[in-house]
Amino acid sequence: MRQFIQRLAAKHDFRPTHLLEMLRAVQARYHHIPADAAELLAEVLRIPRTRIIDATEFYSFFSTDPKGRYELLISDSITDHMLGKQELMAYLAGKLGVAVGEVRSDGVVSLDNTSCTGMCDQGPAGLVNGYALTRLDRSRIDQIAELINGEISLEEWPAEFFQVEDNIRRPGLLLDSPIAPGEALKAALARGFKETLIEIDKSGLRGRGGAGFKTAMKWRFCAEEPQTERYVVCNADEGEPGTFKDRVLLNSFADQVFEGMTLCAAIIGAKQGFLYLRGEYLHLYDKLQAILAERRAAGLLGAGILGGAVDFDIEIRLGAGAYICGEESALIESLEGKSGIPRNRPPYPVTSGYLGRPTVVNNVETFFAASAIAVHGGDWFAASGTEKSQGSKILSISGDCARPGIYEYPFGTTVRTILDDCGASDVLGVQVGGPSGTFISDQEFDRKLAFEDLATGGSFIVFNGNRDILAIAHNFTHFFAHESCGFCTPCRVGTSLLRNQLDKITGGHGSAGDVVALEEICRLIKTNSHCGLGQTAANPVLTTLERYPELYQSRLKKISFEPGFDLDGALETARRMANRNDAAAHLQQTAAEHE
Amino acid sequence: MSKTITIDGKAIPFTEGQTIMEAATAADVYIPHLCHHPGYTPHGSCKLCNVRVNGRICSACTFPAAEGQDIQNHSEELNADRRRITQMLFVEGNHLCPGCEKTGNCQLQAVAYHLNMLDNHFPHFYAKRNMDASHPDVLIDHNRCIFCTLCVRASREKDGKDVFAISGRGINKHLIVNAESGLLKDTDLEATDQAATICPTGAILIKRTGYTVPIGERVYDHREIDAVSLEEERGEHG
Repeated sequence: MRQFIQRLAAKHDFRPTHLLEMLRAVQARYHHIPADAAELLAEVLRIPRTRIIDATEFYSFFSTDPKGRYELLISDSITDHMLGKQELMAYLAGKLGVAVGEVRSDGVVSLDNTSCTGMCDQGPAGLVNGYALTRLDRSRIDQIAELINGEISLEEWPAEFFQVEDNIRRPGLLLDSPIAPGEALKAALARGFKETLIEIDKSGLRGRGGAGFKTAMKWRFCAEEPQTERYVVCNADEGEPGTFKDRVLLNSFADQVFEGMTLCAAIIGAKQGFLYLRGEYLHLYDKLQAILAERRAAGLLGAGILGGAVDFDIEIRLGAGAYICGEESALIESLEGKSGIPRNRPPYPVTSGYLGRPTVVNNVETFFAASAIAVHGGDWFAASGTEKSQGSKILSISGDCARPGIYEYPFGTTVRTILDDCGASDVLGVQVGGPSGTFISDQEFDRKLAFEDLATGGSFIVFNGNRDILAIAHNFTHFFAHESCGFCTPCRVGTSLLRNQLDKITGGHGSAGDVVALEEICRLIKTNSHCGLGQTAANPVLTTLERYPELYQSRLKKISFEPGFDLDGALETARRMANRNDAAAHLQQTAAEHE
Repeated sequence: MSKTITIDGKAIPFTEGQTIMEAATAADVYIPHLCHHPGYTPHGSCKLCNVRVNGRICSACTFPAAEGQDIQNHSEELNADRRRITQMLFVEGNHLCPGCEKTGNCQLQAVAYHLNMLDNHFPHFYAKRNMDASHPDVLIDHNRCIFCTLCVRASREKDGKDVFAISGRGINKHLIVNAESGLLKDTDLEATDQAATICPTGAILIKRTGYTVPIGERVYDHREIDAVSLEEERGEHG
């Protein structure tokens, strides 16, 4: 092991910033992070062992306890549930002879849930040793169980198990006219970098990650910082359940995304860029590395790009399963090899980002759009969309519709149009922008996609009339409790309190007053949390409670007080010990209801 | 001329680079806090010092004071939220004030008094947490840790040692120590270290000192935390 760790650390130049990459390698080899490996890593990297323990415990894809040689994780996103995930999971557990959350006694396979894997248009989905499995069904699970029991290596598994489709259903302004490699850089060089920034400003492009900050303004702020060592970071940590557009952009338009990053680097004067790729997109890693190599060979990356005008290169860094790392300052912490805890602001990343240097962090789609704007000009982009939301938006659509996949629309398009296009009928509501966004009911389909009405990072999850609103809120609320980084009190404790309170109501133990208590917890988390995760974690409950208060009320008992647990169930141990099971040994908890 | 901010209608002078907390403390205005301590890098995690700055909620301990800020500190709404946040800290761990040797000297308890916290309000988590009594002079009772990281910062910034860290995610966060065995006895912590005495709760205790001052004669048995805190911290911020 010493030799393995030594070589691994040497490969990463003994840089603690690369800790996640090294832990990924250790996990892949030993299927956990052995205590010895943590000690050795601490020794060779010269960092406290506590940093390694912290990172191991923070990221979902690392574990201190041994996992199976086949680490199976099944996506727990609501869209997977809608496609029959729970029933399939039970079938899979039975086939493999392993309980969910456990390792089989022979150590061959472990099975567990994971948060959304970004395959909502082709679920139920999962991961095996980090690689995406799509379109799971019983027959596929039969084959997977056979392959695992036969201990067949992943390379020999049928390729179609790992096939990830783009599913581009409706291209628009950007997807219809991709640029050729180098085109944006040449246009920018010819026009001048300053003038290109003016074009981006004129285009009205706002960050596509959800917050909607003006891109040109962010780049200008960063360029104006006195500190000259600057960085460009592409946020490809697309963890919002229901969102998968970045996966498609990186699979089929990576050149254009890298070009946008290079353009930004040329404008702000950065020499180094990072693509922070979510761990769930490991299947894209080699392909993206190959594209970077091609760009270096073509003189579009590296030293002396465009005849010496720019020096810039891009490194790909993989995440390790933490939704919070989509928050830009948490992402920067993660890039530095630490656990993903959002920083205090100010200072903002444009002033003090990666290693304390000025850093531009933008979404994949933002860089993708910026390179097109460099070619076609600001007016071309601004001609689409609305007055306050220029251009187009790429959407990931999943759930109850005939054609899940990628759609691109000019801002200002109504929800109704989008639902018609994707083949959704009998729609109960749509979750716009993922769990952190808004649930809109069927009364609101004339609302428009735009920053001034329905702002969105780009996900639509469609629910039809057969779906249970409370089950949706339940899934999302559990998601946030699982993904809270735990830094601040209102989010760390609040998301767990919220989960428990909602469980109490959906579990039939709620009574008068419990919905009021639920609302109070929501407000506390939303108002007092440190970052966007906490500030939006209560949205699934708040937006459904606002639209369907009667649904929450209908789950309540009619008595004035109901304990948060099953009184009769709690007596089970006592009954067993007393060897009794007669009527008098049971408590009628709900008697008052029938009076 | 010095610049000013307004806290609850009162003009407070500040100098460039000061946080709202620093300016307030220097001007004798108490803002409740647990994870903050003068002279330590601000952390901003407990969120008791949340104030309303021009309508927006910000942590006073990390947010820079700036000309023109109109700050609400002691509003009924803010104090009600602070009470709830304190109650969250109480139900997350296992805090049994009457049986804790820190009682009367505990900032968590004192803040709860100050905010008129009369019950725990939320259902308890009853987390299973351990005790590390391995060290000859210092004890960690994880039941009372609130993850303020003051011990982490003290060890790193004041003692130059790096004994403590917070590990894990979300509600599973926990305090760890820098020893292969994971036990405090195998670290280089000494009872005289700042990290051993900075804990605002009863999570890190010095052994054999628990009852040298009798209950009833302790710091917060007689005085409110706002007065004590301002007296102790004003000079350090000033």
